[in-house]
Amino acid sequence: MPTFVNPNACNACAGEHLGPLCVYICPNDLMALDTDANKGFNQEPQLCSECYACVKLCPQEAIEVRGYSDFIPLGASVQPRRVEGGLTWTVTFRNGKVLEFTYPSRSTPVGSSDPYRNFTEDPVDDLKGQGLAGESLWLGVHTLPTIQGSK
Amino acid sequence: MATPTVETVECDILIIGGGMSGCGAAFESKFWGSDLKVVIAEKAVIERSGATGEGLSAINCYMGQRYGWNTPEDFVNYVVNDMMGLAREDLVYDVGRHVDSSVHLLEEWGLPVWKKDDGTYERIGRWQIPIHGESIKPVTAEPARKAVGQENIYERVSITHLLADANDPNRIAGAVGFGVREDKLYVFKARAVIITSGGASNVFRPRSVNEGIGRTWYSVFATGSAYGLMIPVGTEMTQMEHRFVPTRFKDGYGPVGMWFQYFHARVTNALGEDYTVTRDEELDKYPPYGRAVPTPTPLRNHQMFLDIQAGLGPMYMRTEEAMQKLAEGDPEKMNKVREEAWEDFLDMTIAQALTWASQNIEPEVTPSEVNLAEPYIMGSHSGEAGAWVSGPEDLSPPEYFWGYNKMTTIRGLFAAGDGVGAAPHKFSSGSFTEGRLAAKAAVNFLRDNGDTPTVNDEQVRQFHQAIWAPLETFDKHKGASTAEDINPNYINPSQALVRLQKIMDEYAGGASAWYTTNGPTLERGIALIEMLREDLTHLAARNRHELLRCWEVVHRTWVGEAHMRHLLHRQETRWPGYYYRADYPSLDDANWRVFVNSTYDAANNRWNLRTRPFLNVVTNI
Repeated sequence: MPTFVNPNACNACAGEHLGPLCVYICPNDLMALDTDANKGFNQEPQLCSECYACVKLCPQEAIEVRGYSDFIPLGASVQPRRVEGGLTWTVTFRNGKVLEFTYPSRSTPVGSSDPYRNFTEDPVDDLKGQGLAGESLWLGVHTLPTIQGSK
Repeated sequence: MATPTVETVECDILIIGGGMSGCGAAFESKFWGSDLKVVIAEKAVIERSGATGEGLSAINCYMGQRYGWNTPEDFVNYVVNDMMGLAREDLVYDVGRHVDSSVHLLEEWGLPVWKKDDGTYERIGRWQIPIHGESIKPVTAEPARKAVGQENIYERVSITHLLADANDPNRIAGAVGFGVREDKLYVFKARAVIITSGGASNVFRPRSVNEGIGRTWYSVFATGSAYGLMIPVGTEMTQMEHRFVPTRFKDGYGPVGMWFQYFHARVTNALGEDYTVTRDEELDKYPPYGRAVPTPTPLRNHQMFLDIQAGLGPMYMRTEEAMQKLAEGDPEKMNKVREEAWEDFLDMTIAQALTWASQNIEPEVTPSEVNLAEPYIMGSHSGEAGAWVSGPEDLSPPEYFWGYNKMTTIRGLFAAGDGVGAAPHKFSSGSFTEGRLAAKAAVNFLRDNGDTPTVNDEQVRQFHQAIWAPLETFDKHKGASTAEDINPNYINPSQALVRLQKIMDEYAGGASAWYTTNGPTLERGIALIEMLREDLTHLAARNRHELLRCWEVVHRTWVGEAHMRHLLHRQETRWPGYYYRADYPSLDDANWRVFVNSTYDAANNRWNLRTRPFLNVVTNI
């Protein structure tokens, strides 16, 4: 169900150092910039999986989704808005019924991960063993299982 | 048409693909090899690339060893039965014993896991835990990006070919590719390469044919490049005949696991019958797997398929029945169930939520159609296609061990996730884990082997010429026709994709052929796909976006051809519900409880097929 861009809301992410964010993030190289109009657009709608990566990231909330013409009747919409720690979804039915849901999506501040914090493995001495980095801390059991006499 | 520049990148480890496996490989490799230069090449941006970019509503591979829920042995038992007797027990066990640490790390980095009041994880099924997983991919990508460093992540770079050592065809030396957003060709010279790129969607003609072609069940970004890269350099592949046919909510392809396992919903046919009850005796035809608990996925498909074939559709997931039962007439409970039901889709398959809204489906009132989808060839979910890799040294018998865990038959070439064959059911967490295992083994390989492979510069030049050729083909021939899409000198990538999908659907047992084929039909299909492979040298691209699509369809075609050749070799029907060999309709454990492996010999354009033994390492199944 392809994305489409509201031309009245899109400002081509003016001032954004990564360029238009929909173009930056699209996993399938679909969102492109129409340089004449200076607006984003979906250049290959039949390969859009409506992953909503661009919809979620658009600072102008300019991108929406029109359901696949193959099987989705007109008139409904599903639109997210990013809120602290998650997303609020507005689901509008074809018959006008509206549902709203808010779900968390991340429990830590963006950028706060510390990849090897408190890991105790030694990158030289433990290299030949079967344990992975941090497993002494994170496996949840004291000993890594193996099969006795399997070889 | 611009002339591309060439950038050369030298590194110790090249990770191809930045999905769950690639991020796991990046994270792990820099812990053991902080002095090594580790590079990721990714065709998109790792925060939203790969099969989990859209989000996930569950982690489907978690042992819960700390809670005493399962042992890795339990997991191997389950997987071998679900695969009707064929999986590499050493590889499955290896994922099982490590995977909990990956899940706990993802939670530490910010993935919200549903918890019970006592703080323990909520469960959906035996191996599945629910998550608020809309951001699982950015949460996973962040430590990977930090580990290897921003300067070592080559995003919007599509890798097209692997490079073998100039002096040793069985030693990896790097890879070539191009910039999706720049007029640039790349050569990566690497001492070790880890393939973490994707399995294959859109090889078979999908049930939807217009815009809906993008609503594949497995990620539409997964173009089979894990296989399309490894096959041409002669990597030994295994179980490429295997496929997964998902039972999913019709058209939107919303997941059903939560409905079956957490909400305990039934599927019923037009007569209100439950095929798991009315078709129970069918399971006796497939001993010993038919009576395994739970019933193997292909056999559940098979039971439903018999109903569909008998004209007893539509098949409905009885969401209304399940939700009313769980709510017990309590509006508060119903609100909770409704929130959970919608989150299952909004976290990972938003199209299904829109499908419901557009058809005015309130799941507590109206049941929803389910159907069997088109086939997918992949190695991380319920599929087991991929490379034949070494297992870990403490588990694997000599037949399954050659020095380094997850190393393919090409020295220095490792695989993880969809790239590893015969090791299914790893899903997101297991793929991340397998990436970690491959990376640690790759560091070991580099510590033990100081050699730096030699790249054949003439081969690089030829590959670069081939990569850019579709742009030149278009420029050269566009004047022969007033219509860009109709030209006797070339085909465009979407035309090639449609041709591939038609061949696969009609000759290799796609959905419109009711998943059925036979030897002569496969032989005809192989003849047609050989011609398609020749025609792919006449692909035309008007721009770099279409150039990306050209190389994606090249990779998908390798997958399709390998799939058909393997289907032809295995003379039995081991996975009814996934496919049927009409000429060999029975499961034949006596002759075919073996892995089907292949290598492609590029010098002679010849495929060599053989079998490899199944060995019990953990179970007695």
